[in-house]
Amino acid sequence: MNPMQRKKDRIDALAATAGAAADIPDAGRVSDSGGLSLIGSAWLRLRRDPVFLIGATVTLLFILLAIFAPLLAPHNGHTAYLIKEVSADNPVPGGEKGFPLGADGQTGRDLLSRLILGSRQTLIVGVLATLAGLCGGLVLGTVAGSLGGWADTVVMRVVDVMLSLPSLVLALAVATLFGKPSQWTLIIAIAIVQVPIFARLLRGSMLTQRSSDHVLAARALGVKRSAITFRHMLPNSLGPVLVQATLVLATAIIEAAALSFLGLGNPDDSSPEWGQMLGQAQQYFDIAPRLAFWPAGCIVVVAFGFTLMGESLREALDPRNRR
Amino acid sequence: MTTAAPAKTETLLAVRDLVVEFGGRGRPTFRAVDGVSFDVRPGQTVGLVGESGCGKSVTSLAIMGLLPKRGNKVAGSATYDGTDLLTLDDREMRDHRGRDIAMIFQDPLSSLNPVVSIGVQVAEVLQRHRGMKKSTAIAESRDLLDQVGIPDPARRLKEYPHQLSGGMRQRALIAMALACKPRLLIADEPTTALDVTIQAQILNLLKELVVDSGTALIMITHDLGVVAGLCDEVNVLYGGRIVETASRHEVFARPRHPYTTGLLGSIPRLDGSRSEQLAAIPGSVADNIPWTSGCAFAPRCSRALEVCRSEAPPLEQDPTAMEEHTLRCHNPNPAEGGEPA
Amino acid sequence: MTTEPEVLLDVEGVEVHFPIKRGVFFDKTVGYVYAVDGMTLQIHRGETYGLVGESGCGKSTFGRALLRLEEPTAGSVTFGGVDVSTLKGEALRTTRRHMQMVFQDPLSSLDPRQTVESLLLEGMQAHGLAKDKKAAGARLRELLAAVGLPAAALRKYPHEFSGGQRQRIGIARALSVDPQLIVADEPVSALDVSVQAQVINLLEDVQEKFGLTYLVIAHDLAVVRHISDRVGVMYLGSLVEEADSDDLYATPLHPYTRALMSAVPIPDPLVEDRREQIILAGDLPSPANPPSGCRFHTRCPWRQEERCDTERPQLRVVEIDGVPASHRVACHFAEQIQSGEIQRHEVDPVAIDPSAATDVEAADAEVVPTQTFTVP
Repeated sequence: MNPMQRKKDRIDALAATAGAAADIPDAGRVSDSGGLSLIGSAWLRLRRDPVFLIGATVTLLFILLAIFAPLLAPHNGHTAYLIKEVSADNPVPGGEKGFPLGADGQTGRDLLSRLILGSRQTLIVGVLATLAGLCGGLVLGTVAGSLGGWADTVVMRVVDVMLSLPSLVLALAVATLFGKPSQWTLIIAIAIVQVPIFARLLRGSMLTQRSSDHVLAARALGVKRSAITFRHMLPNSLGPVLVQATLVLATAIIEAAALSFLGLGNPDDSSPEWGQMLGQAQQYFDIAPRLAFWPAGCIVVVAFGFTLMGESLREALDPRNRR
Repeated sequence: MTTAAPAKTETLLAVRDLVVEFGGRGRPTFRAVDGVSFDVRPGQTVGLVGESGCGKSVTSLAIMGLLPKRGNKVAGSATYDGTDLLTLDDREMRDHRGRDIAMIFQDPLSSLNPVVSIGVQVAEVLQRHRGMKKSTAIAESRDLLDQVGIPDPARRLKEYPHQLSGGMRQRALIAMALACKPRLLIADEPTTALDVTIQAQILNLLKELVVDSGTALIMITHDLGVVAGLCDEVNVLYGGRIVETASRHEVFARPRHPYTTGLLGSIPRLDGSRSEQLAAIPGSVADNIPWTSGCAFAPRCSRALEVCRSEAPPLEQDPTAMEEHTLRCHNPNPAEGGEPA
Repeated sequence: MTTEPEVLLDVEGVEVHFPIKRGVFFDKTVGYVYAVDGMTLQIHRGETYGLVGESGCGKSTFGRALLRLEEPTAGSVTFGGVDVSTLKGEALRTTRRHMQMVFQDPLSSLDPRQTVESLLLEGMQAHGLAKDKKAAGARLRELLAAVGLPAAALRKYPHEFSGGQRQRIGIARALSVDPQLIVADEPVSALDVSVQAQVINLLEDVQEKFGLTYLVIAHDLAVVRHISDRVGVMYLGSLVEEADSDDLYATPLHPYTRALMSAVPIPDPLVEDRREQIILAGDLPSPANPPSGCRFHTRCPWRQEERCDTERPQLRVVEIDGVPASHRVACHFAEQIQSGEIQRHEVDPVAIDPSAATDVEAADAEVVPTQTFTVP
């Protein structure tokens, strides 16, 4: 039998079973499961992303450290335990039993404890400065992005002016305004620097949203303007802003360190902060570089953790990677 | 330049059992192309037709060596003039690309460098592949632009991609593709982004090219209308496999695969009857089943049998056809004049 | 059948001119994009009016201007006896209920963060149609059933559907507020071929079921002809021809319509091989700098000296045997072209700089099915 004939016979045999196959609806199948939101599917991807896992672990450890700092620190941060060992030959006592990292300088306080306790101040400054910057940016960005027109022009020019001020000058100005530098002047100065970043970012994505089809659809549907702004435009614009916030947290910590280093931070060093510790370490840099190394290393690791988390978050929230 | 029409039997490009798998980044591997074979002869226009996700573009990118290397697997062979293109390294492939085989894409704007003038971009190809001096290359570029019907080519040479309309950009890309007189041109949805009147201009240009220079053309499109006017041979793809192959007249006169008839039934024809509803194919490609467990089209197919869901049909010659006509179906449409299956 | 059909939508001389602005602090208007430039048409209750034209002709802008999603700079839009073009604030918002829109790209027109349920409820809530929770729930299921989707779709998000299913959701959303008119802007051009037919059939089904009036805007003449009772052909901001669907196909009168029709590929090699194509020279001129006189004269193979360059033709009824009064064309020489008195001639393409028209192109851009990945 030739293959063609065989094929034909087979088709005939098969034709007897025609119609046995199940039909699908015109629109195609819709599974009963599902209902996975964007955040949900982003989380599914993040959970398997090693970059995110590393970043999140570092960040989580840092936050836990900050919360439980008083319990974790072997000593307190202000008692001069090692003051007796400070001498002209040995101005900065090294590590010894009970004090593995040694003293923090001629004051003879425990470096390890101060590092651990310092995480708290650092986190507070970073988080508060970022939050304040985020809030300011959200308000300005929402106003500019949703109202448009003159409001947009005015807000954005103000933002441009803010953007042109260096943080250092701002910190000086704020400190002068409040009389003396403190933790709060530091936070305010950093927050102000962050505001334009958030405002511009939010405005940009709000404008994109405003001309998007789904906002147009909501307008065509007769949805009220406020509902369009807060239900459609804002939630869809927040993604890049939140990503930026994690990245800014890292910058804010570094910025705070830089300002403290220059003496614009909290002058009271009984509650330590990494940037401030770094600033004080400069006088011992020749003889005990570890005093600079430890707080600097902590800052780098934490900033790196936040950055990794932000970058992986950015990737996960990118609609192009959606499945 | 080909002087005489080459013999019919000569094959310029032979693609055999091409398989492309995408994977990596923790995702399950996905077979975009699953055993595609076809031949292209000099001067012939071969159509790869199908909807998004059928593997038609991936096939062409694999032949051109343009798929990202990471995470993807390409198997099979694509023999061009005795060399298997799939075994070439990047440098050797680059030599072939542009000189022997050229490609034009759907979006002409993103295929052009926005900060380099059109003239320099065309001239670069000539300098690179034909070893021309810059001055001669520029002069030749002007002739090329003229050849593809760009008005005022001397002026256009100095302009940048954004200053050209969509149709003109596609012409400029075609000029670049033709710069080295390639023997094979792959056109991936070259008119999809263009308006119909402009599409007609570009299709006309491609038709003339094939006739005048004997260039072989692989036309990748979702538009059966474009195929009907342009292609000598038509390959209909579904779910990464060829489901029907025949000459253009055969495939439109006697479509045997239910997917092919489904496609033909779902497009309103300008010269068709208005009164009846379109015969839509239910579902979407998301409803496909994998070829490993049957015919991918079975869930959407009105002629599906039990066996279609358990056994993938092989690609076989249609026994009722008078000419070459292969199809991959257990229960094809009844042949014209034959007894219904 | 002599009763005049009721006019649902009466559009009179609508213009949308976008200012082209330059400057940082103080925007200076340096010119206008004449996106829609004098559109006059009437749509009867229960019919489907098809508006066809190529990208950049202003058809999408016109559709949006009807719904006041774009502000018309001149003209009037009367919907069911009410002048919509002057409505403001709350009055405009409540009127929107009667005129809905179906968009081209079903994914981008659905808010990715809302479930199908809240997408469908939103319009009903905005118009106080969802006060009774139970009734609203029943209505949602009814809407989904009407577009062929199961109730399980309610708690899913747009990205969990296929393209065709998303467009069905878009149609259900438009239906949710019980409109009379639906403006469908390229409703199928972003969909795969096999899915296009489903959506076209669905649009026809729901029209019958809910007694809707359609304005279908598309670049695909075959789709428009299939779905529409009457067709208007648009070129550079205004109508060049308007006729019953079959009349237009049988006797296209305007040179642009002829060219457009001959350019549409037909999936039949026998037809393709023997038909004569009118290949237009050059590109669509920029709507920021439209040609004088007849907008089409720069590309028209039948152009006559003087009159075509200077005098803008208006839509008019022609006196040609077999052409009904409903068939109107904006061409000075329609009769002479039809009788063969004026023959086609060569046209030199005019170079167009598209950069001046980017504004309107963005508003009118075509979305094409894109590849699922890109080559780096």
